[in-house]
Amino acid sequence: MSASKKVKTKMAPLFDGAEWDFDKVNRSFQAIQKIALEDLGLNVYPTQIEVITSEQMLDAYSSVGMPLMYNHWSFGKSFVRDEASYRKGYSGLAYEIVINSNPCICYIMEENSMTMQALVMAHAAFGHNHFFKNNHLFKQWTDANAILDYLQFARTYIAKCERRYGEREVEKILDSAHALQGQGIDKFTRRQKLDIAAQRQKELEREEYERSRYSELWRTLPEVKSKNTDEIDLIEQELAQKLGLPESNLLYFLEKHSPVLDSWQREILRIVRQIAQYFYPQRQTKMMNEGCACFVHHTIMNRLYDTGQITEGTMLEFIDFHTRVIAQPDFDSPHFSGINPYALGFAMMKDIERICENPTDEDREWFPAIAGNNQPMATLREAWENYRDESFILQYLSPKLMREFRLFNLHDDSAKPHFLVDAIHNAQGYRAVRSALAAQYSVASLDLDIQVTNVDLHGNRSMILSHNITNGMTLEEKQARQVIAHIRRLWGYDITLNSLDTQSGKIIKSYSD
Amino acid sequence: MMHIIDRRLNPKGKSLSNRQRFLGRARKQIKKAVDEAIKGRKISNTDGGERIKIPADGLGEPRFVGDMTKGMRDRVMPGNKDFVPGDKIKRPPPQGQGQGGREGAEDGEGEDSFQFTLTRDEFLDIFFEDMALPDFIKKSIKEEVVHEYHRAGYNRQGSPSNLNLELTMRNSLARRLCLHRPRDEEIDQLEEQITALREKPAPTEKEQQKLVALLEELEKKQRKRRVVPYIDPLDVRYTSFTEIEKPNTHAVMFCLMDVSGSMGETHKELAKRFFMLLHLFLVRQYSKVDVIFIRHTHLASEVDEETFFHSRETGGTIVSTALEVMQKIIRDRYPPDDWNIYAAQASDGDNLNSDNARCQQILTRDLLPLCQYFAYVEVWDTHEAEMFPDDSNVTRLWQTYETIRESHQNFAVKKVTGPEDIFPVLHDLFAKDKTSEAR
Repeated sequence: MSASKKVKTKMAPLFDGAEWDFDKVNRSFQAIQKIALEDLGLNVYPTQIEVITSEQMLDAYSSVGMPLMYNHWSFGKSFVRDEASYRKGYSGLAYEIVINSNPCICYIMEENSMTMQALVMAHAAFGHNHFFKNNHLFKQWTDANAILDYLQFARTYIAKCERRYGEREVEKILDSAHALQGQGIDKFTRRQKLDIAAQRQKELEREEYERSRYSELWRTLPEVKSKNTDEIDLIEQELAQKLGLPESNLLYFLEKHSPVLDSWQREILRIVRQIAQYFYPQRQTKMMNEGCACFVHHTIMNRLYDTGQITEGTMLEFIDFHTRVIAQPDFDSPHFSGINPYALGFAMMKDIERICENPTDEDREWFPAIAGNNQPMATLREAWENYRDESFILQYLSPKLMREFRLFNLHDDSAKPHFLVDAIHNAQGYRAVRSALAAQYSVASLDLDIQVTNVDLHGNRSMILSHNITNGMTLEEKQARQVIAHIRRLWGYDITLNSLDTQSGKIIKSYSD
Repeated sequence: MMHIIDRRLNPKGKSLSNRQRFLGRARKQIKKAVDEAIKGRKISNTDGGERIKIPADGLGEPRFVGDMTKGMRDRVMPGNKDFVPGDKIKRPPPQGQGQGGREGAEDGEGEDSFQFTLTRDEFLDIFFEDMALPDFIKKSIKEEVVHEYHRAGYNRQGSPSNLNLELTMRNSLARRLCLHRPRDEEIDQLEEQITALREKPAPTEKEQQKLVALLEELEKKQRKRRVVPYIDPLDVRYTSFTEIEKPNTHAVMFCLMDVSGSMGETHKELAKRFFMLLHLFLVRQYSKVDVIFIRHTHLASEVDEETFFHSRETGGTIVSTALEVMQKIIRDRYPPDDWNIYAAQASDGDNLNSDNARCQQILTRDLLPLCQYFAYVEVWDTHEAEMFPDDSNVTRLWQTYETIRESHQNFAVKKVTGPEDIFPVLHDLFAKDKTSEAR
């Protein structure tokens, strides 16, 4: 390990025993920071550490980990669920929650031992923090400076609406908007930064301005009747262009073009959309993000130990915890629930470090660019900045790691009575396994391809949605119908959703309300 | 670079409002679950919440999701043991989607239902929600309403004793200011000046003119004072009260319990639990219900709550003694014309054979006509219930009471064989919807 090479002098332990106090936390933070910035070369937002109780941790859980969230019954539902499973001992509480904001807010729990506090600081305040600040997806899609202000704005705004229009009315809109959360994301255009002052100003302007725009749009209706079909087609095309069809961001489309919503209802859709957008990069980088944080805490804790800044007892407690976090149960284990992002992430980071420092011939063949470059940190930092889970796996998953995890690909075709093992961790299978695994993390497999394709403005104002089926996977019908009912509430007129075969363009299944 | 904030003292329960929203939304399901839950559990007078499980219908948060049973997909899994490419694995049966446990199977329940804990208060509120004392307001005393006086603003008429001085004086002051009623000081001042002028031994022409002017002014002001009185009838306000008709809600509940030797520990435990719950219900829903505790062996006596629930006694069984005590208490303290009378009796059904007829007589002739509702609960322990599973083996007292029930609407009999019956029985007995009750 590189740490033992560099450091010779032993220092006094930062702390001893399980109890923590503010002084110890502060001292440890300074020590951790020194390693993180000087040895690992991390670049982080300033940190704000907040000590909370386990009850407050439960509270924070229920509102998707955000410190200020608007009120909605679904958060109460997840609260009672988390609470029950916590009290029964089915699940522990997270040891930390970290928020992608500037300053980066880390919650640490009162009940943690001092070892855990040090670990959490290394993991969240430096690992996640560095990732948030440097990864291109976060840089592009989220705005750490404004998120807290925006949440505050959202909370106040929704509370204001509840007072003015009644809790029930607001709840209806939120229910419907939540149902479309997964369809409320701009995937292809860069979002504007959230600016709270401008936000308020805009809100006012929208209230004044937008109504006129909508009526303008609908006023074309009566004229159309007298025209011939060509002209109608032309107008339709123009209209589609004006509406920006096809549009995959359903929430955006409804917010802008729904004929039945009031301006406050549009604003609520906007809020839900903005928050969904904020979480979008997290879903795409879960594995890397955890891998980065685990790698950082692992390196830092080891270095603290090597320099004598933590005791053997602390180190043992850390190793015990760390091993549990990065455990990967086999597919046939009762504990198996998919690939553990901590396990795969951490293993890949360590593997990259190994390839940089001690490559084998196989590594040289597979990774000529980095093998033996002896710059593990620079290589890792570059990867953390420029990749997402999908591309990271395609680029860096090594044959050695596939062998270690004993990965195999199971092809599941529902038309056949058998699953097929079509590739395993051998020379013929490496590439297939790797692309299959990468595909599991791709946007295409995370999100369904559903778009607004047509709006019938001549007739009954019905909306047509298209779902492009990937790999023959249709929608789960019961939920799909319920979501369509929600869309209908927001659009006000008939909705049809067609599931289309991607190749032939034929309608496989059609749902309407 | 770092900032540490101690948030432990921040208010907790930030999710409380979300929790209440959720409970409100799930009210119907929770109510059902609560009713279900109590069937299978002991009534405890312990603290702590109740864990309940509700179906997720109506609480679902639908999303567009793919149907995992359709189409094609690749899944990369770890931990290959001996698979080689080309191996075929038989598809597992449909439930528990796919290999191993994927999401959903993990927590054992999936999306179909979920469990959580209600606080004791939340639980009791929901449980007692649809229970009520039947015929709570006696028809005969409905007319005899009680009047209560409530403050109801101010009035221009009223009796002097209700005169509202503050408001009257405020009105008076306002009127006097508006109409420029001369104040005492102004008059005094004028009079002083006049006296001073008059006392002058040799007034000049100018002084005389001034005196005349002053006298005129004085007279004008005094006239004005007469026209604009200090207190005008217009100013006067009286505090007003209105009568509110309040229906008479005097109610008394008699709790009659057999504590004789034939009642085993389990019987007593059951009976006590029943009354404990009944008591809890009464105290919670009706703040002003009198509860009378009577226990009996071959003798009966009125006791206080503490003794009723906690002390031990033993002896023979004569049920009618308890009924007699109840009758006497009604005669002495609760004139039936003024009171809604309820009774609940618990016994193991043992009685001196010769006494049954007397019980029937007292009940049908004396007590039932006076009572709004009389509930009889017979406690059996589980052994007895197993030995005599069908209804043909009933106790004599039960037989007797059964005949009474047939002829009296306000009489109900129920059997309790285990702690799990108590909640439902109580619930049936006091269900708000009286059509389902009485059996």
